[in-house]
Amino acid sequence: MLIYAVKRLGLAVVIVSLAMLLLFSMIYLIPGDPAAVALGPRATEAMREALRVKMGLDQPVWVQFWNFFRGAWTGDLGREVLSDRPVARVVMEQLPHTLALIAGGITWSVALGIPLGCWAAVNRGGWSDRIVGVLSVAVIAVPSFVVAIYALLVFAVTLRWLPAIGAGPPGDPGAQLLHLILPSLAVGLGWVGYIARMVRASMLEVLEEQHIRTARAFGLPERRIIFRYALAIAVPPTVTLLGVGIGQMLSSAVFAEIVFARPGVGKLVYDSILTRNYPLVTGAVMVTTVLFVLINLAADLVVGALDPRVRGRL
Amino acid sequence: MSAAGSDLPGAGRLPTSARLLRSVRRVAREPLGALGLVLVAAMIGGAVFADILTAFEPNRISPRDRFLGPSFGHLLGTDQLGRDLFSRVLHGGRIALSVALLSTAVSLAIGVALGLVAGYGPRWLDNLMLLLFDSIKSFPTVMLALALVTLFGPSLTAVVVVVVLVNVPGYARIVRTRTLSIKESEFVDAARSMGAGTARILRTHVTPNVIGPLLILASMDIPVVIAIEAGMSFLGLGVRPPTPSWGAILNDGFAAIRDTPWIAVAGGLPIILTTLGFTFLGETLRDVFDPRLKGRG
Amino acid sequence: MTVLAIKGLNVSFSTGDGDLRALRDVSLEVPARGIVGVVGESGCGKSTLINAVLGLLADNGRVDGGSILFEGRDLTRLAPAEMRALRGPGIATVFQDPMGALNPVLSIGRQMRDIQYRSPLGRSEKDARSAEFLRRVRIPDAEAALARHPHEFSGGMKQRVAIAMALMMEPSLLIADEPTTALDATLEVATIDLLKELQEQIGCSVLFISHHLGVVAELCDDVVVMYAGEVVERGSARQVFNTPRHPYSALLLECDPARRPERARRLPTIPGSVPDPRRRPEGCVFAGRCPRRVDACRAPQGERAMEPGHMARCHLAEAG
Repeated sequence: MLIYAVKRLGLAVVIVSLAMLLLFSMIYLIPGDPAAVALGPRATEAMREALRVKMGLDQPVWVQFWNFFRGAWTGDLGREVLSDRPVARVVMEQLPHTLALIAGGITWSVALGIPLGCWAAVNRGGWSDRIVGVLSVAVIAVPSFVVAIYALLVFAVTLRWLPAIGAGPPGDPGAQLLHLILPSLAVGLGWVGYIARMVRASMLEVLEEQHIRTARAFGLPERRIIFRYALAIAVPPTVTLLGVGIGQMLSSAVFAEIVFARPGVGKLVYDSILTRNYPLVTGAVMVTTVLFVLINLAADLVVGALDPRVRGRL
Repeated sequence: MSAAGSDLPGAGRLPTSARLLRSVRRVAREPLGALGLVLVAAMIGGAVFADILTAFEPNRISPRDRFLGPSFGHLLGTDQLGRDLFSRVLHGGRIALSVALLSTAVSLAIGVALGLVAGYGPRWLDNLMLLLFDSIKSFPTVMLALALVTLFGPSLTAVVVVVVLVNVPGYARIVRTRTLSIKESEFVDAARSMGAGTARILRTHVTPNVIGPLLILASMDIPVVIAIEAGMSFLGLGVRPPTPSWGAILNDGFAAIRDTPWIAVAGGLPIILTTLGFTFLGETLRDVFDPRLKGRG
Repeated sequence: MTVLAIKGLNVSFSTGDGDLRALRDVSLEVPARGIVGVVGESGCGKSTLINAVLGLLADNGRVDGGSILFEGRDLTRLAPAEMRALRGPGIATVFQDPMGALNPVLSIGRQMRDIQYRSPLGRSEKDARSAEFLRRVRIPDAEAALARHPHEFSGGMKQRVAIAMALMMEPSLLIADEPTTALDATLEVATIDLLKELQEQIGCSVLFISHHLGVVAELCDDVVVMYAGEVVERGSARQVFNTPRHPYSALLLECDPARRPERARRLPTIPGSVPDPRRRPEGCVFAGRCPRRVDACRAPQGERAMEPGHMARCHLAEAG
């Protein structure tokens, strides 16, 4: 297990480093002078020159890259252009909102997707299996931002059941939860389908395994066989899927934050692009990428820990 | 690539149109496939015959007709500039379709090339490319799009580049895996013993065997491409106004969602129906022609 | 007193291209406290027979004729819930593959506690009973073993755990489905001895499925030889092993390495293969591979009795 974890961690470090390299080359290739963009047309050449030096733009490329690289690994993502606050802190302030949104999406899609997939597998070939199958494909296909807008239109504008805008006042968990419902609906809907499909496929596989026949041969109730004996084996692989899917959830979260005017990393990046606040853009992209890689790593390790066979072998 | 496709075993025995017709029949027999075919045909038909199907210019501004609800004259109503939404939706289909075709073709070309190189090239290059694919994939799609837009500025090019970056790693991986297994197979061994060079083996043996499953996968990715285009245009990072894109219409509707909800409905509906149509079609294609691909997500 | 009496059992599976007859006119009896061995090559219908008895045929399988009397009740007519009530306390099973027969993610103790779900005992009493049965199959440190998962046991230990689980049910009938096939020779002997010892303690009957003739000869009172879904010979172990009357049984005995007088270079095998169950011949099912085939083999073969308790499905049997 330890060797596996170390190997997996090494791969994560390499991937993050490569991602930094890509990101840096992209910033470097951006046409135009970031200092000029940041200061606006009324700045003097001296002011621009001062900012260029401050941002390190006067140094050779490789020095710039090294500074960027070293800074990023030590949590220093530079300072944003408009208010001169550390990028890392600005991003970290917004991160909890995005994480709450993703957690909301995961929670309800898991809560619905696992039973649906299980139900479809048990009634394999029956009408319920078909309905779950078609619905899964359908919700996976429809883009989350359309879901977000239609949800906004139906539940917030027309029916007025739920709040449309913002994350709710700080210090009021009830209101914040209410504000979380519609965005997490949009973020999680496709995942209901993914999880249902995955759980169904993996349940069908497990139900064919020999030990299920043993359990039946001892006359265990079918319900117990499915929920205790099969599901325990069928669900862990879906955790890996969730890990991979976090990237897509982040994407959906960006749209949900914009549609519902919610604070969060996605909205931060979007607003920073509109204001050409590039350090903030790269910083936020960096943080989400690291987050994404870390979540993937965690998912792999969790699967390893959940399965006693893997746990024993490694 | 289309030249390589005709090397498929069994190709040439029947004229292409007859084979195509037979495939369409097989897909149409499945209820979901038939629904997909109808939706996709409606979308393509609407885009191609947009000028015949509606009398309105998609970009003609008509201040007197602002914010009209759906009626017999304006089937989907009009937007904040008095433009006919039905016409804009049909013309938006052209944008969606051309972006989908263009970026899928580019992704396939690059994906096949990189996959062949990774699969047939030396081991270190293979490992390096796998690592590269993994790190590209480790950017969340939207973040990738946002970062790229800062580079290119909002444009169709940015959309195509995002799609290519999202799709290529997956295609290249599939091509690489299949190339590796074909490389070891007997008929390639035989060809090599008869003096065929690497380029010739790649062209006549590897590519045709890889292209079929890849086309099915690509067809399944088309709804994703359409969603990316619409999503970026919705954020104002894709096509520039006044070009009619479904995402842009949705954005117009979003701005006016409280008072004139039909604009948002008009922008969202074609996105939903088209992605559903292509997805149902793609799933049926896969189940009918290459069920082995099912494992891939 | 007979615990299990199968009479004229027919089982078929409906498949994409027609019905597949897996069992045809199968009859056998397991007396109280008796051990009956079923032998035959793989694919002869042994597993289908077990599944039919347990009521666990696959969804496309059905019993279309005959009866399975267990303690006087016809299992083919029981409702699923009644059948389920019998599995475990009435009929317990030890399966072939010790690797896959236990749930990999639940502890042994948990699985042993679960199968006692009908018992009114409390949790700790159930665990104590599980530990006691683990001791009876000679699992060292039984209490600690309860907390472990199947992958922490060797193949032989897993098979003993499976035997402990089956015997803990104190069934009237134990079905052992090739319980030693996956084990090496020394473990095989030990497992067979254990099985026999526990069977005597508990006093159950055993239906023992195997393709290992030596084991069957040692363990069983009666032997049933199956071929292509039919019972071709049936009798006491002594009758079948000393004077096999069906050519198939005779050939099977010849092929058994343990029974060969000298070590031959090559093991003899029976030429040809089992007939396609969708195109079953009208006459003898073995005729296609039989070295003593004559024209009369094309006629349908009925069971012929030679001595009391010994029968073979072959027209040559009376002469021999």
